[in-house]
Amino acid sequence: MSGERKKLVEVEKLRKYFPVKSGFMKTNYVQAVQDISLHIFEGETLGLVGESGCGKTTFGRTLLQLYTPTSGKIVYDGKTIFDSEKNIHEKMLPYRRKMQLIFQDPSASLDPRMTVGEIVGEALDIHKLHQGKTERQDRISELLTRVGLNSEHANRFPHEFSGGQQQRIGIARALAVEPEFIVCDEPISALDVSIQSQVVNMLEDLQEQIGLTYLFIAHDLSVVRHISNRIGVMYLGCLVELAESYELCAHPIHPYAQTLLSAVPIADPEKTRSRQRILLEGDIPSPLNPPSGCRFHTRCPYATEKCSQEIPQLKEYSPGHYAACHMLDK
Amino acid sequence: MDNKLLEVKDLRVSFFTPAGEVKAVDGISYDIHENEVMGVVGESGSGKSVEAYSIMGLLANPGKVVGGSITFQGEDVLAYTEEQRRDFRGKKVGMIFQNPMTCLNPVYTIGDQLMEALRCHDKSISKQEARARAVEMLELVGINNADKRVDQYPHEFSGGMRQRAMIAMAMICHPKLLIADEPTTALDVTIQAQILDLMKDLQKKTGMAIIFITHNLGVVAEICDKVSVMYAGHIMEQGKVNDIFYAPAHPYTKGLLRSLPNLDEKERNRLIPIEGTPVDLLDPPKGCSFGPRCEHCMKVCLTKKPPLVEVGDGHVSACWLHVKEMKAQKAGKEENV
Repeated sequence: MSGERKKLVEVEKLRKYFPVKSGFMKTNYVQAVQDISLHIFEGETLGLVGESGCGKTTFGRTLLQLYTPTSGKIVYDGKTIFDSEKNIHEKMLPYRRKMQLIFQDPSASLDPRMTVGEIVGEALDIHKLHQGKTERQDRISELLTRVGLNSEHANRFPHEFSGGQQQRIGIARALAVEPEFIVCDEPISALDVSIQSQVVNMLEDLQEQIGLTYLFIAHDLSVVRHISNRIGVMYLGCLVELAESYELCAHPIHPYAQTLLSAVPIADPEKTRSRQRILLEGDIPSPLNPPSGCRFHTRCPYATEKCSQEIPQLKEYSPGHYAACHMLDK
Repeated sequence: MDNKLLEVKDLRVSFFTPAGEVKAVDGISYDIHENEVMGVVGESGSGKSVEAYSIMGLLANPGKVVGGSITFQGEDVLAYTEEQRRDFRGKKVGMIFQNPMTCLNPVYTIGDQLMEALRCHDKSISKQEARARAVEMLELVGINNADKRVDQYPHEFSGGMRQRAMIAMAMICHPKLLIADEPTTALDVTIQAQILDLMKDLQKKTGMAIIFITHNLGVVAEICDKVSVMYAGHIMEQGKVNDIFYAPAHPYTKGLLRSLPNLDEKERNRLIPIEGTPVDLLDPPKGCSFGPRCEHCMKVCLTKKPPLVEVGDGHVSACWLHVKEMKAQKAGKEENV
């Protein structure tokens, strides 16, 4: 099925390093995203999970060209928008209409001095999506209703809303330009448990109604599992496993993905106490000086000598199930 | 049971803000026995942290305990003088906070901070002895090279290790009760799993009681013996962990459990959310605080606070539905007679 589907976003060997001054005339690099290749089909939700500092947010922002990639290639809807080899670097303004972003912290991502109407309307102004005041007003009301607020809210300021409502405003702002593709960067982790499911449902409804494509970044595996069609697991800047979400949760093959899954607490006392857990030693290494070879080898229970020397490549082990691990080659 | 450690009765805590009185904790009661792990779950603003702070006497202005009692091993905690309280904190009850970075002093070494906790409570301990105890404690919480690590500063520790150091600090005086206020919320899942394992392990070794405050139901399922579910300053439901997860009685608990995505299901089903928004504590509903969001809301729910009804062995729930059911049962019995 996946062969016939249209690829909306294609990423090849995307890399993002951040320079860090570490002394006179000396610069080190934080290797935040290391050669990630993947594609996102039209209309699907691709989940991206990993621990803090693994580069999942950086990946999302580099994809939108909010950070200039260090190297790699990004193709959106058949057009190359960035290619370090051919030196292509397209102007992003026309693409901003198609690609949008929802932020993690709703209160920090809304200007406290602008009313909700101004926040949502700003995008309409920039992209000249209205003719005259009344049309603009109508469009704002329509957007607010769409995300479950009402049109009177347009004259209020962000601080008058609860966290869940603020996130809805953030979503309305992203929807204002009628995008095709939205990067959701931990959109629900700042919300209360009882509000999270409301927002998840709304994102799903919007996808169904407008045919949106999502890149859903989160660290909460159970929510990602719920909303995504496919899930990618990241560790220290690398993509270590990518599969259909059911397949990944039921049969993870990369040791890190297995650990991550076994660490997620389940809201079921007997199940969670009876299962076998894989505990990792130590902490995530610094991306300033990542381990050689497979980046996971320092904490991997199955690591061999080969793992510390050779970088494992992402390979397809069963249809649609990719992983990067030397152990699986045997 | 007579090994009761802590008894909280009808505790009320209010914050007197310029906008009016906020009843953060509004009449909650529970007991904790030795060797027991109690989970307190609730959303932000449900009063779960405030309740823990009032046990430790850490409430900041404008917060005040306005009613009720807290008894620890027969002693009235609220009547303590400042000196008695200092003796109580740390020695009898230890506390772990959510964010280990902001709770450790950045300009003192980890060892200094551990030794301070120890020597505050026992002046007769020599420096060498205190240091030895600090190293021993760090080893106990699973920090490698403890004798070197003890001289390092908090910034040289990673997030998970800082939380381990916090646990070591809270436990160095062997308290009978440990209050853990969202100890794993700021950590990654794999580190969270490590810390939970460590806490379970230490609890078994020392037999201390733990009050575990969290909003994550998965964590509760993992570590707790009994659970209190809080909403807007009230305990909605309280019971053994299996009762709460397998036979929840209160609509709020049911709603919370239902709204969680299931990791095992193959098909993608819609989540069932709890509708509405959390309570504005400045203007709380007159009746049941969950009433406006409850699918079973009746007339009485909007005007009168529901009583705590015993629905099973050690399992209580505050909902008018139980009262209605009991009345119906009674009526049924009478008819049978």
